[in-house]
Amino acid sequence: MTVMTMIQALNDALDVMLERDPDVLIFGEDVGYFGGVFRVTDKLQEKHGIDRCFDAPIAESGIIATAIGMGAEGLRPVVEIQFADYILPAYDQLVSEAARLRYRSNGEFSAPITVRAPYGGGIFGGQTHSQSPEAIFAHITGLKTVIPSNPYDAKGLLIASIECPDPVIFLEPKRLYNGPFDGHHDRKLQGWAGQSEAEVPDGHYTVPLGKAATVREGSAVTVLCYGTMVHVAGVAIDEAGVDADLIDLRCIVPLDIDTIVASVQKTGRCVIVHEASRYGGFGGELSALVTERCFYYLKAPTQRVAGWDTPYPHAFEWDYFPGPARVVDALKRVMEH
Amino acid sequence: MTLPRNARFRIPEPGGRPGDTPHFGDIDIPAGGEVARPHASSAEQDIRDLPFTLIRTLGDDGAAHGQWDPKLRPDILRIMLRDMQLNRIFDDRMFTLQRQGKTSFYMKSRGEEALGVVPALVLGQQDMCFPTYRLVGWLIARGYPLIDLVNQIFSNKQDPLKGRQLPVLYSARDYGFYSISGNLGNRLGHAVGWAMAKAYRAKDDIAIGYIGEGTSAEGDFHEALTFASVYKAPVILCVTNNQWAISSFSGIAGAQETTFAAKAIGYGLPGLRVDGNDVLAVWAATEWAAQRARAGLGATLIEFFTYRAAGHSTSDDPGKYRPSDEADHWPLGDPIERLQNHLTLLGEWDEAQHEAMLEGLTKRVRSAIKEGEAIGTLGESKPSVKEMFEHVFAEPDWRVLEQRNELGV
Repeated sequence: MTVMTMIQALNDALDVMLERDPDVLIFGEDVGYFGGVFRVTDKLQEKHGIDRCFDAPIAESGIIATAIGMGAEGLRPVVEIQFADYILPAYDQLVSEAARLRYRSNGEFSAPITVRAPYGGGIFGGQTHSQSPEAIFAHITGLKTVIPSNPYDAKGLLIASIECPDPVIFLEPKRLYNGPFDGHHDRKLQGWAGQSEAEVPDGHYTVPLGKAATVREGSAVTVLCYGTMVHVAGVAIDEAGVDADLIDLRCIVPLDIDTIVASVQKTGRCVIVHEASRYGGFGGELSALVTERCFYYLKAPTQRVAGWDTPYPHAFEWDYFPGPARVVDALKRVMEH
Repeated sequence: MTLPRNARFRIPEPGGRPGDTPHFGDIDIPAGGEVARPHASSAEQDIRDLPFTLIRTLGDDGAAHGQWDPKLRPDILRIMLRDMQLNRIFDDRMFTLQRQGKTSFYMKSRGEEALGVVPALVLGQQDMCFPTYRLVGWLIARGYPLIDLVNQIFSNKQDPLKGRQLPVLYSARDYGFYSISGNLGNRLGHAVGWAMAKAYRAKDDIAIGYIGEGTSAEGDFHEALTFASVYKAPVILCVTNNQWAISSFSGIAGAQETTFAAKAIGYGLPGLRVDGNDVLAVWAATEWAAQRARAGLGATLIEFFTYRAAGHSTSDDPGKYRPSDEADHWPLGDPIERLQNHLTLLGEWDEAQHEAMLEGLTKRVRSAIKEGEAIGTLGESKPSVKEMFEHVFAEPDWRVLEQRNELGV
C-alpha cells in the first residue's frame, strides 16, 4: 500500500500492465521520453523500452487508427489523447471503427484498445483544455466510458479497462490529478495525502467496470455524479445539511443501473451533477432512466446541475463550473417537495 | 518583375462528358518493359522518378518485357486468369440478381480484377489485406467459398456476417481479409497498426491496405502514410486509381497536379506507379514492396493505375456523367483480355480452353447462387433476430439484454 496522487496511481497501473502483459504497449503525443504533459507515463519508456511506450505524431485520428489495427491483431494498446478536447479528430475512428468492428465482422475482429484522455475543467484551461465530452461517447453503442474520481479507483479501473476486450474511453478528471477538489476554488489546495482513497495497493488489482460506488449513504435524496463532481457533491451535501446517498457512477457505460434504481426508490429524490453542459448531456439519460424506473417513488422533479450551455469560458470559469453553491440549491429544491 | 494579378480558382473537369468522344487527357504510357526495376533495397531518394512513370511489362504485342517481368510459370498465369474471370462472372451474375430484387445492393470490380486476385497470390497466408469494396478477387483467389459470398449478399440465415452488413462488405479473417466498411479510407491506418503489431512481435508478416484515389483526399490517407513512414511499418499502401469516385473524376482528388504515387515523396516513402491492368506488373510491384517490408525497409505506396469499367454500384448510372463508351477507349485495355492474349502468345492457352473455362466457372457461379437461393434471397430468409443484439460488446450489458427481451427475441 502506497499513498499516491491520481497521476502516480495511473502511472502505476500502466507500469503493472506493461510488466504483466507483453501485448500491452503505450503511445501518444509526448508520452515517450518526456513521460506525458501530465507525467502519467513518466519513466515508463526508460523502464520498459522504447517500443513499449513511445511518442506519436500529432494526429489523433492516426493514433486511434493505428491502435485499432494493433488491437485487431491482438495487442492491447493504451493510447493517450493529450486533452479530451483533442479527441474529436479521432471521433470517426472511434465511432465508425472501434465501436463497430466486433459487430460488423461477427466477432472476427475487435478493438481492445484503451483511450486515456485528461478531461474536465477547473484548471483555467479555456475552451480547448476543459471540456467534458463523455456524452458523445456514451451515445455510441460499442464503446465503454470510464471516469475515476480518486487514485484507488483510477488504478483499478485503468487495469480493468486495459484487460477489457472492448474499446474503452478512459476520461481522467485532470483537476483531481494532484488532489481532491470540492469546487471551493478560493480555498487552500488539498493534496491526496491523508485521503483514504489515495491509499493504493501495490501490484495488480481491478475495480470492475460497471459497478458504481456508494460514497456515502443517506435516505432523503440520491446524488448521481462522477469524476470531479463526486467531491463537489460531497461538500454540497454537507453544506445543505441533507441526508443523501452519494453515488459515484465510475462508468457511464456500462452503467450500474441497479445501484441507481435501488437508491432512488429508497430516497424518492434525485439530483444529477456533471461538468459537461446540460442540454443533451449524460444527465438527460440518467434523468430519463430514473423517471422510467422510479416514477412512482419520486417525491420531487429530478434536478440536473451542469455546466451552462455555452462553450467553456476562460475568465468565467467559476461562473460556468457547477460548484457547491449550485449543487446546494438543487438539493434544497428537491427537499422542498 | 511582379506577376499580373489574376487570382481565380479552378474546378477540374474530366476529358469527356456524356455525348463527348472519350478522352483521358494526356496520359503518358511507356511501352511494356521500358521502366527499369531498381533493386528492392534501393534508397528512396534514388528512385524518385518511379512515381512519375508507369511500370508495365505486357507490351502491345502481348509479350512480357523488361526487368519487372516476374517470369511466372504458366500454371500461375492460368490461375490468375481463372480467378479474375471468376470474379467477373460472379459480379455480372450478382448485378443481375440485384436488378431482379434478390438483394439490395452490389458493386462490381470490372476492370480492376487484378488488384484483388494478384496480391492475394503474391502475399503469404499470414499477411493481412485491408481491402476496399472492389477487391473480392482476393477472397476468390484465396479459395473463399462462393456460397458464403452469396449468403452474405443475400443477408440470409447462412450469412457469415449475420445480416449486419451491407452486401459486399465482407470480413474473412481466416482468409487474410479484414472487415470492410462503407466509410472509405478509415482502415488504411489499421493496416499500419496491424503491420506494426506483427513487427512488434518480431514476425515478418506484413499488411497490405487499399484506398481509392478519390478517398486519398481524406486525412486518413495522410495520417496512415505519416505513421507508416515515421515507424517504418512493414506495410504496402495501395491507391487504386480507377479514375472515377462515383461521378467525380480523379482530377477532383488532385490528379491534374501530380500522380497519386508521387504523394509518397512527401513522406520519404518509395512510390510505384503501376499499370493495374497488367497482371505481371501488379505481381512484380507487390512482390518488390513485400520484399522491402519483410526486410525491415518499411512501407511502399503503390498507385495502381486502372479504370472502373462498371458503374460505382447498382445505385449508380455512369451514363449520366461520363461518355457511355469511355471504357472501350481506356488505353490500358482489360486485365483479363491482356492476360489471355499473353498466355495465348506463349502457346499456353487457346480459345477452346478459354471457352471450357468460362463454361466451368459459369456453372460454379450458378451452382453457388442456386444453393444460396435455396437458403433464401434478401427478405426470404434472414438470421435469427437475436443476432442483431450479438457482438455489440464481448459480453452484452443490461441494455442489450433488456432490449432483446423487449423485442421478444
